[in-house]
Amino acid sequence: MDTQKQLDDFQKRIDNGETIEPKDWMPERYRKQLVRMMSQHAHSEIVGMLPEGNWITRAPSLKRKMVLLAKVQDEAGHGLYLYSGTETLGVRRKELIEDYIYGNAKYSSIFNYPTLTYADICVIGWLVDGAAIVNQTMLAKSSYGPYARANLRICKEESFHKKQGYEMLAKMASGTPDQKKMAQDAVNRWWWPTLMMFGPNDSDSPNSAELIKWGVKTKTNDELRQHFVDRSVMEAEAIGITLPDPDLTYNEETGHWDFGDIPWDEFWSVVKGDGPMNRERIKARRKAYEEGEWVRKAAKEYAHKKSLEKAS
Amino acid sequence: MSNPAEQNTEWPLWEVFFQPSNGKPFEHAGSVHAPDSEMALQNARDTYARRNEGIAIWVVPSDQITASSPEDRGPFFDPANDKAYRHPQFYSVPRAVKKRK
Repeated sequence: MDTQKQLDDFQKRIDNGETIEPKDWMPERYRKQLVRMMSQHAHSEIVGMLPEGNWITRAPSLKRKMVLLAKVQDEAGHGLYLYSGTETLGVRRKELIEDYIYGNAKYSSIFNYPTLTYADICVIGWLVDGAAIVNQTMLAKSSYGPYARANLRICKEESFHKKQGYEMLAKMASGTPDQKKMAQDAVNRWWWPTLMMFGPNDSDSPNSAELIKWGVKTKTNDELRQHFVDRSVMEAEAIGITLPDPDLTYNEETGHWDFGDIPWDEFWSVVKGDGPMNRERIKARRKAYEEGEWVRKAAKEYAHKKSLEKAS
Repeated sequence: MSNPAEQNTEWPLWEVFFQPSNGKPFEHAGSVHAPDSEMALQNARDTYARRNEGIAIWVVPSDQITASSPEDRGPFFDPANDKAYRHPQFYSVPRAVKKRK
């Protein structure tokens, strides 16, 4: 059991802005919350390769194909940084992965939506990666050292992801009437799910207060969401895209953009597994994991054989 | 996990260090799983150096690292505190010399 003195000392370190490292004492609940949060983040990066990977073979040009390949490879890298960070908390990667593909571990609900056209690839870069940047910039200052460092690494690459998407969307939005329609349609479908990426409203987010107290997060879901909306309004306007929210209005008093009600029923149904692509995503992940089993075995066997040759 | 035979297929963990540029000391980057040192190096390059983050990489089996423990931080580093004579400030220099910098 964690004693009160230990908890107080720990809180003092957090309040002093100190970074917690893997071997430091930490409350059991801090460790648990981090394992949950970091592994969910890792799973999201990995599953996030699927909606985009869907379009690699049908990219509109060689340039776009190279860009998309590099981006999807980065997402795999982000997943690996985060799994590596989570393992410092004394959990094994295999456990984490199996808890996700056979168990109940969650990942970001945004990846349970389909990518219907190439415009979706533009919008994922602009909005989904843009939202991820807002969140990860905060997490790069997280109190847990390995998590903060993984996010710092991620942020450096994420701005390439966002910019390639935004640039591509700008081009499409200034193209033929059909292209414009396609760009706008993709924004219409992704806008609300992107706002849900920041999680429930603060009043419905039981974990938030604790995570903030422990410096894992430094801003609330609603603060991050507002920051993202303010930025997106300006960016949409600059490329002639309309955000699908008639209630978007500038609030002189707060200096922020007020926005309409987020369809939370949809969010909860996707989280519970009933989104358009939940089953498909988990099926694809299981297939990759199971069909990769012989590769992992063979590589291990080969390494063993080589070590025997070396010894003899 | 339930099946111990299957568990064996998990590759060992390696800690990754890279040298950011010529003349700089190596820094810890993170870890990778790999069946042997050669693949650990390749995985480390693909994971941590896709954008010239380093010019050289070390990989070390994670279980081969021995680390000091944070609880002992005080006593472990204590010997450094009572030896002021290890620092240049401990010694006095004639004023004239000091001024010249």
